[in-house]
Amino acid sequence: MMARTRERLVVVGNGMAGIRTVEELLKRDPDRYDITVFGAEPHVNYNRIMLSPVLAGEKTFDQIILNDRSWYEHNCITLFTGEKVETIDREARTVTSAAGRTVGYDKLLLATGSIPFIIPVAGRGLPGVVPFRDISDVEEMLRRAAGGGRHAVVIGAGLLGLEAANGLAANGMAVTVIHLMGTIMERQLDETAGLMLKVELAGRGIDIITGATTEAILGEDRVTGVLLEDGREIPADIVVMAVGIRPSTSLAKSAGIEVERGIVVDDHMVTSDPAILAVGECVEHRGAVYGLVAPLWDMARVCADQLTGNAESAYAGTVTGTKLKVTGIDVFSAGNFNGGEDCEEIVFRDDTRGVYKRINVKEDFIEGVVLYGDTRDSAWYFQMLRDGENIAAIRDTLIFGQGVGGAASADPRAAVAALPDSAEICGCNGVCKGSITRAIAEKGLATLEDVRAHTKASASCGSCTGLVEQLLELSLGDEYQAAAAAKPLCKCTHHPHDDVRRLIVAGELKSIPAVMRALEWKTPNGCHTCRPALNYYLLAAWPGEYKDDYQSRFINERAHANIQKDGTYSVVPRMWGGLTSAKELRAIADVVDKFAIPTVKVTGGQRIDLFGVRKEDLPAVWKDLNDAGMVSGHAYAKGLRTVKTCVGSEWCRFGTQDSTGMGVKLERMTWGTWTPHKVKLAVSGCPRNCAEATIKDFGVVAVDSGWELYVAGNGGMKVRECDFLAKVETEGQVLEYCGAFLQLYREEARYLDRTAPWVERVGLDYVKKRVVDDGEGRRALFARFRFSQVFSQTDPWEERASQGVDSHEFASLATVG
Amino acid sequence: MKEDITWIEVGRVADIPPAGARVVKTKQGDIAVFRTAADDVFAVRDRCPHAGGPLSQGIVHGARVTCPLHNWVIDLASGEATGPDEGCTGTFPVRVENGLIRLGLSMPPGQPAAAS
Repeated sequence: MMARTRERLVVVGNGMAGIRTVEELLKRDPDRYDITVFGAEPHVNYNRIMLSPVLAGEKTFDQIILNDRSWYEHNCITLFTGEKVETIDREARTVTSAAGRTVGYDKLLLATGSIPFIIPVAGRGLPGVVPFRDISDVEEMLRRAAGGGRHAVVIGAGLLGLEAANGLAANGMAVTVIHLMGTIMERQLDETAGLMLKVELAGRGIDIITGATTEAILGEDRVTGVLLEDGREIPADIVVMAVGIRPSTSLAKSAGIEVERGIVVDDHMVTSDPAILAVGECVEHRGAVYGLVAPLWDMARVCADQLTGNAESAYAGTVTGTKLKVTGIDVFSAGNFNGGEDCEEIVFRDDTRGVYKRINVKEDFIEGVVLYGDTRDSAWYFQMLRDGENIAAIRDTLIFGQGVGGAASADPRAAVAALPDSAEICGCNGVCKGSITRAIAEKGLATLEDVRAHTKASASCGSCTGLVEQLLELSLGDEYQAAAAAKPLCKCTHHPHDDVRRLIVAGELKSIPAVMRALEWKTPNGCHTCRPALNYYLLAAWPGEYKDDYQSRFINERAHANIQKDGTYSVVPRMWGGLTSAKELRAIADVVDKFAIPTVKVTGGQRIDLFGVRKEDLPAVWKDLNDAGMVSGHAYAKGLRTVKTCVGSEWCRFGTQDSTGMGVKLERMTWGTWTPHKVKLAVSGCPRNCAEATIKDFGVVAVDSGWELYVAGNGGMKVRECDFLAKVETEGQVLEYCGAFLQLYREEARYLDRTAPWVERVGLDYVKKRVVDDGEGRRALFARFRFSQVFSQTDPWEERASQGVDSHEFASLATVG
Repeated sequence: MKEDITWIEVGRVADIPPAGARVVKTKQGDIAVFRTAADDVFAVRDRCPHAGGPLSQGIVHGARVTCPLHNWVIDLASGEATGPDEGCTGTFPVRVENGLIRLGLSMPPGQPAAAS
């Protein structure tokens, strides 16, 4: 037997605190410990604070996984999920799980988290009474909602309770919240903010009863209602108990470790047994117990330092701030928000805008903050609160926020620059500022993609992308701007996109190998980034001449359908201007039956999407749709997707022009075109804008005297309203301006730029100069667009369904066994 | 323990487009057979180690493929993920003779070694 060289670390608890500590440990000394993790839940490590968005249907469970099983494997961590640890033998230094597994340790880390508090009333054990703590609770709630449950009662109007109520309401349930105290979220909000929140939630159909005590939960074999002390009965198909949590300490207690409200730890996260450490919601530190995520990160760092021999590092407690994760409601609070003796209040309130801010100040220092309706300055206030900054000099403008007065310079990056390293930037993945700036410096990261790959910051929901970019700018200074401006197309070349485009035309390069030879590519045949870009640039430069390189296309364009997460495909037939007919709908219904297509969905672009088609079935599906007169909707393409319309003057009382007809004409003109990124159009029949034309790449709004044209809108991750391009009088002009705009975009934008970032880069004035002011230039652009369309308006489905084009793509090579 | 390997003919190199892939279906799961632009042939399990994406559907460059789901880049010779990502998919031995591709598979005893 080999001698043991590594120490053994056993982690009890596979949640956010335990695994964060392990991550921090691996960063410091990946070879020091053999690590074993026990988790009572059957899942890998996930982001518990994102359960509310999962319940509300805004995220899936997959999207909140922090580390999947391969992460454990790659870091040689032994993981036992669904195994609760039941005993610790401190003498023998072993732990034993419910399954009877015994594992020895040199160091033991307790990260057992907390357990929801269940109020001791009759009926609390009935099926349908659930806490809100883990993914199985969320699944239970979703099951009840989907199973026809109509009424939900949430007991407790704290942070969790209100998030649960919002999520259940989003699932179509009528929700009543019962709260013991007179105002809601009283631990985070003052009375005014609590009241404003209550009104807002009532507007969403969430009924809140304050000052109400639960007498009993009613029901025979399952929950049917809740009885209040005053005799009122509220019907319920599900009751969510969200009255609080308490540290999970029974394991520590049974092992004889010192426990008060939580497992007692010192400033180094060590318990009363020097071989045992503890982090997270299960601990009590200097008398404080935490139920929020920020302290976990602080504790994890100190604990990892301790485990790797840095005994200097100490935890001094965390000042916490709270945000409510209910979409569309911005609430923030931190510190002592209720004021009190010696406290002065600075209050701002605008009921019309629904904005309320209150800052409690004591001797020129911020004591507490409540923000409702406008939380943009929360990080700024919070930092001054934590750092104990004297605000005397900015007192008169403090309440208006950072953008006003002399508090901050005009530089928008000042706020980010001022953040401490421990400030969390990416909430989804719990990445703080220090990790990002360190990774930029140590690993020489230069782009947003690099930061995403190495730190996971901005890699989930993307809402922190702006902050991450600011950190890149701050770390790299002008280098970042320079890198962004003249960044090579990819690692295979020194040339940036714009240069490659120009050189293709100037050098009359007409194939990918020719480009790679002439521009001295560093790799034999490029990569997945440059090849699709080159293929597009060549296609746009030499219409009719360039032969498309099939193997340089992403699978969606190669298979003319969208690949989905399970490897099946989705198919969208074209519906011109959003119009369809009984015949087309019948054909779609028949295809759905014939090929057992599991999901049929109407898209945001007013088309019908058929999900779960097997790749080998694609040609046959297309054949049937073709037979009914339908062609590919190019929903997979970096090209024209849809032209969304309203009904316009044909049916609508307010319609000023025939917007549907205009939409059909635009779609007939533009379908099949290849563009740097997907392109969406819309036509609204009047300024009510039912087709949402002002967030499209090219939007048309009919007015009495003609058509208003808008460009460069985007409804995606970064919502951008269109810029006004021009007003024209005739349908013919709409088509000409549209074609010219698209052609300018096709000829000059970088691959994978949508119109919004492209127009922002080159400037709207430039686009106007080319498309509006220069009539001759516009007509030339339009002519080139029309010419390119001669070659691209063939139905790819028809070619594959009836002419056998690329048939190898849809059949397997062989079947073995 | 040494496993017995059976060499099974699955098709011709010409059946796979250059810088492309085709799938061989087996009872143990799909195998992706790649032909690079330089006409080298590789076989790996048709599952990305990250989220199980079908590697056969990815863009092939050099002796690598980019997974179509989340852009992980897998080295075809080793099956290892490259770049900042870490993970490995299984590889299978391949022989090419006279334009014919044979995969080295460990077959259960008594199993007829035939491809359809």
